[in-house]
Parts: sequence; C-alpha cells; structure tokens
Amino acid sequence: MAGTSTVQPNSSFLELVEQRSGEPVSRCYQCRKCTNGCPLAFAMDWTPNQVMRLVQLGQADRLLGSHTIWICASCQTCTTRCPNQIDIAHVMDTLRQLCLQQQAQPGEPAVVKFHRAFLSSIRRYGRVYELGMVGRYKLSTGRLFDDMRLAWAMFRRGKLRFLPESVRARHEVRDMFARSADKTASQQQAEPPRSQPPAECPQPPGRSNSSSE
Amino acid sequence: MEVSYYPGCSLHSMAEEYDESLRAVCQRLGVKLCELDDWNCCGASSAHFFDEQLALDLAARNVQIADRAGRNLLVPCAACFQRLKAASKWMRPADEEQHEAPSAKRQSAPSGSRCETIYHVNEFFEQPHLLGRLQGLVCKPLRGLAGVAYYGCLSQRPPRVTDAPAAENPTAMDRLMETIGMQVRSWSYKTDCCGASLALSRPELVRKLSGDLFAAAQEAGAECIVTDCPMCQTNLDSRQVEIEAERKTRFNMPVFYITELIALAMGDLQAGSWWKKHFVDPVPLLQSKGLL
Repeated sequence: MAGTSTVQPNSSFLELVEQRSGEPVSRCYQCRKCTNGCPLAFAMDWTPNQVMRLVQLGQADRLLGSHTIWICASCQTCTTRCPNQIDIAHVMDTLRQLCLQQQAQPGEPAVVKFHRAFLSSIRRYGRVYELGMVGRYKLSTGRLFDDMRLAWAMFRRGKLRFLPESVRARHEVRDMFARSADKTASQQQAEPPRSQPPAECPQPPGRSNSSSE
Repeated sequence: MEVSYYPGCSLHSMAEEYDESLRAVCQRLGVKLCELDDWNCCGASSAHFFDEQLALDLAARNVQIADRAGRNLLVPCAACFQRLKAASKWMRPADEEQHEAPSAKRQSAPSGSRCETIYHVNEFFEQPHLLGRLQGLVCKPLRGLAGVAYYGCLSQRPPRVTDAPAAENPTAMDRLMETIGMQVRSWSYKTDCCGASLALSRPELVRKLSGDLFAAAQEAGAECIVTDCPMCQTNLDSRQVEIEAERKTRFNMPVFYITELIALAMGDLQAGSWWKKHFVDPVPLLQSKGLL
C-alpha cells in the first residue's frame, strides 16, 4: 500500500479534517519530529508525519482504515513537540471519530471494542466498573481466556471490585451520552460521502491554497 | 488545610494503595482531603477517542462540583488530572488559549466560588508550606534505596493543558524522592509512554514499551521505579513477569507510588498492607535496605 502508487490529491478531506479538528494540518512541512518521538511508530502502518501528509493529500480511505489511528496511545508527545503547533494527537481523535461515523472498517477492532466497553461502563454507572467492563470487552472480542492469570492475580489482591460503584446523578451522565448520540446521528447525515471523485487536475502535492486558520 | 479530592475510578479499585497512601501522607501533613461529592469518571482516553464534547462534558461536571466546593483540587491520577485540566481550560478560556472552541464560555458556579488550582500529586506536595512540613516528618529516610522517577505522559503533556513547567524533563518527583532520602538515578525515560490503554487490546505493545522502561531503569542502576500514575503502575507492575519471560531476563523491580514511599519514610505502619497489593513483591528489597 505504501509503495509507489499514484495519488490523486483531494483537498476536501483536508478541509473536513481541519474544520472538524480546528488543527492547521496544512502547516505540516514533514520535519518528522512527531514520528521520531512517537513510542508506537514501530507498530503503525503510517507514521504520524505520514498521517499529516495523507490528510493533506486527501487520502481518506487509507487513513480511516488504518491501524495507526487506533495504535496511537494518545501519549501527546507529537502534540508537545510539533514546531507548527499542530495538535497531532487531536487530529488522530478526529480521524478515529470520522472512521466510526463514516462506518469505515477500523484497522484495530479490538481497540475499538475496548473503548466501547469502557464508555458503556461510564454510561451505565457514571464510573468505570472494571470487572464488568473487562467482561464486556472479552465477550465482544471473543478473547475469553486472554489475561486470565492476570485477572485472577488482580482479583486476589483486591484490585478488582466485585460490585460497581455508581454515581447518584446517573441521569446527568446519561444526558451527556444522549447528546453525544444525537450529534453523531446528525453528523452522519451531514457528512459528504467519503470517496470523492478524483480532482480534475493534479494539484501541487499536499497544498490547497486556503489555509484555514 | 483542606483540599478537594478527586480520586477517579482507579484509586477506588486497581490503585487502592495509591489512595490509601495518599490519605496517610495527607493526614500526617495536616491536609484534610474532601472527596468531591458524587464525582463521575473523567472519560479517560476512551471519551475523547470517540467524542470530544462528551469528553469535556464528563470532566467538566467534576470541575463544576469542585467550583461549588470552592477549594483547590488534588487529582492524583495522571489521566484524570489531564482531563480535568482540559475541561477547566475549556470552561475558562484564557486569552492565549486559541485552540479551544470559541463558543465554549465559562459557566461560573452559582455562588461565584471556584476551584482556582488543580494539582497533580508532586506539585501539590512541593508547595513550600507542605514541603517544609514533609521534610520535618521524615523520620526513617530511605537511605540506600536507588530508584528512577517515572512520570509517564499525562501529568505532563501537552504542557499547554497541564501547565507542566518542564514537560520534557520534569523534576518534581525526583526532588521528593531526594527529600525522603532515596538515591535518585537519572535516566532519559521519565516521560516515555508505558503503552497505556492498549493493555488489553494489544498487550504485546505494552510489553514492548514497558519492557524498554525496565531495561533503561536497570541500566541506570535503579532497584525500583517510582511513579505517580495508576495506569503506568498497573502496566509496569502487573506485566513485569510476562516481560521477563519474553526477554529471558530478570528485572525484579518493584514499582512504587511516590506516596507509598513518602508514607514509609514517615514511619507509617499501614505501609505493610500496601505491599501485598503489588505484583512484584517489594518486601525483599525493602528488607535488604533495612527499611522494614
């Protein structure tokens, strides 16, 4: 995938990502500080600097189906070091959200399922109930017996509670989730289709004339 | 002195020894921890992965509760600290904060009271009036115990959210370790990621990153790792046996919360009950130094 295939630049995806994230991805000039500091670059299919480039070139399919956006642990090293003040970890958030909203197949389904299980626990109790969350994650991934030794060792040490703790004002937390679900639904209708027709004539690589700041 | 306290989900479950040791240290310092009434989960990484507004809403509810309480807020979990700082900056944008949505205006608490400062652990204990008291309470300095300070990611980064004075080379925990008599080894992995929330979904990546940390700590001459993040402590402590098997080496390196060691240096007898919660048993190391 990363070889010498021809790329049709497409600025509409760059505009979408810049507008959704508020981050000036156009500014990236490929200094690679992000990738040099990234602790997980070795496990990514596209390194952080390549992600910035692919956004500039409008390569939505490559990005939204990538492993990278789910391997990123949001450690914020790239964001801290970018000389152009691009909050790269925030751009990763935006790409993850676009992946889910546009129903692209996530490159790391288990990571998505973990975070879904985590959020579902918050929605239900207002706090994370680890035992329930891990159970839900295991059921959704079918990884029933992974880390069993570890889970037992945690349990023995009293590190996993039997029963959930719950906030009293659960409705307040549920309202937050309800607003989030409404917004996601309306965005799904409003988003343009992901695969754009190729631009009529190739633009200079990676630049659209507008800089949205 | 009173301070609002946001323990977060971890300190009520996986990191109970962090909660208990923090409470023990604060009690000796004469700091009353007032747990926020009906706090909720900060959203951690999961919320901002999926929906930024949800992430801010979840964290902001806690800041509003802290505002109503009208005291400063202590947040010992690094991830919770970063999320609550982000929410409080979103609620009260300073002029120089241009990266947040301009529509997000501060909602002031009804009484006009507010939580002025959100502290992470090290910065909290480094306040001059507390540090002086802390020094005075060290009755059993941890002489001969060599360790590295491991800060991880989210208490430091990004600095425009955390207000960390030196995000690439923090030193507050190093100074606290010196204060309690430890030998602090210098290393360049203070703020490298442990793999965080990939622990269940991609455990091999956590083993790689955490394993690199053990190797670096060992090379620096450390006998233990000291941290202030429950996620880091859990990953490093609970995965160490697997990492040793994978690398065919032995680290045998206890991973302490800074508060456990401060309490130990203050002669706290409760400390014995915390060691049982560790995966890598710290007792032999502490005994060999004559500290138990």
